[in-house]
Amino acid sequence: MMPDLGKYAEAVLSAYGVSLLLLVLLIVWTLRQGRRARRALQEVERRRAPDA
Amino acid sequence: MPIERTRATAYIWLMSMTDETPIPKRPSGFWSYANPVKFLAFSARVLPVLWWLSGICLIVGLVWGFFFTPDDFRQGSTVKIIYLHVPSALMAINAWFMMLVASLIWIVRRHHVSALAAKAAAPVGVVMTLMALFTGAVWGQPMWGTWWAWDPRLTSFLILFLFYLGYIALWEAIEDPDTAADLTSVLCLVGSVFAVLSRYAVNFWNQGLHQGASLSLDKEENVADVFYVPLLVCIAGFVLIFIALVLYRTGTEIRLRRTRALLARETRA
Amino acid sequence: MKALLRRDLILAIRAGGGFGLGLAFFLIVTVLVPFGVGPQSELLSRIAPGILWLGALLACLLSLDRLLALDWEDGTLDLLATSPLPLEAALSIKALAHWITTGLPLVLAAPLFGVLLSLPGPGYLWLVISLALGTPALSVIGTFGAALTVGVKRGGLLMSLLVLPLYVPTLIFGAEVARRGADGLQTTTPLLMLAGITAGVIAIMPFASAAALRVNLR
Repeated sequence: MMPDLGKYAEAVLSAYGVSLLLLVLLIVWTLRQGRRARRALQEVERRRAPDA
Repeated sequence: MPIERTRATAYIWLMSMTDETPIPKRPSGFWSYANPVKFLAFSARVLPVLWWLSGICLIVGLVWGFFFTPDDFRQGSTVKIIYLHVPSALMAINAWFMMLVASLIWIVRRHHVSALAAKAAAPVGVVMTLMALFTGAVWGQPMWGTWWAWDPRLTSFLILFLFYLGYIALWEAIEDPDTAADLTSVLCLVGSVFAVLSRYAVNFWNQGLHQGASLSLDKEENVADVFYVPLLVCIAGFVLIFIALVLYRTGTEIRLRRTRALLARETRA
Repeated sequence: MKALLRRDLILAIRAGGGFGLGLAFFLIVTVLVPFGVGPQSELLSRIAPGILWLGALLACLLSLDRLLALDWEDGTLDLLATSPLPLEAALSIKALAHWITTGLPLVLAAPLFGVLLSLPGPGYLWLVISLALGTPALSVIGTFGAALTVGVKRGGLLMSLLVLPLYVPTLIFGAEVARRGADGLQTTTPLLMLAGITAGVIAIMPFASAAALRVNLR
């Protein structure tokens, strides 16, 4: 299935590899940050809830 | 008056509101998303769709481009890099443009969500710039025989990268969020002017040294239809993933800020 | 306005940092370059215009964090902001004072350092002209950077990160003038561009600087 990349295989594969890695890292980082922020907010809100 | 009320409710929500605070009804429309609650509700509704759509577009476009397009007769298989290079370069510039618009909205109308959206977009722009630079270097290696040439386009992107770094560093350095939003907005405005100026300066600078003809990178001209359609799909994928990331990250910033405000209230109480 | 200019100049001279430090830094950069690239004079004379421009730029950058920080600490800036003089004008004066204490000495000393780097004969005139035209822009842009970061503790490094990309157009055209001058080529186009950038920056940047400073003084 793999297309014949000829003598430029390294260039093409590394471009794809690094780009996708960067994109995945960005997404993972974003999601983790978001989840952490959500949890922190929930905790603070819960702490406030009893006195309400 | 509707603007005033939107702004006021947004402020109340971010700084001091309790869940019991009733949010007054406001007219709908674009500006109503300046209210963080409404923004969060909207992005919660839209985000799953966006994630899926962008994922599908990216996978279809990249797989199509990688496996099912022919090699270029001159560039060989390196032409496949175009499916990453062009969309990421496009988004690197558009991310800055979006930050500029968001900064202007913040300066003129003082909507907090707008300032936070600008902040949220910056790291995405950095990654896009890095991606464009890396794919450009990898592409340049077999084509020009060198990893890095001081080609005007490459150089401009490097400068854009520096602008992003400065912008993010300024956000990080300033404690008070409103001051940080104001200062980064001013920086974004001034930076935009200088980025355009640098673009022209760099163009002039390289042509002044040696003729750039052999390094000319005008891709639009030599893109044939076979490459064009998957490229469009990839661009759509990048645009969608950018929007999804920015929406999500803006939500994160809003939550962080509200947590901060609530904690500050706790210590005060 | 004159009083403010005089005050800034006197302070800079008394503190000793203004004239001396920038020049000394410029000298050190000029001396270190041959150590880095080797003593061949034909190589040095080729890169001399660029090195001299870069040295001047860095020397300018070095003194920027003193531009507003001291006045920020002792409250002078608050007084300036409430005085009838518009903040834009006050900042222009401050930039002018910075240029007189840093930029002007650099312009005057540049030919001397050119000798050290064996700058070719026709280059001296153009080097001085380009620096004289370009350094005011460096001071004005630097004032903007200082106004942005004045509230940040130890903001010097951050300011360099913010200011250096803004210096790119000035550096490109300024160094281009000096280089073409040294090679005996036509210099009109980059010279006009450099002058245009400087004029535009002097006209517009004080407003941005004042806006940033107002936010910081809030």
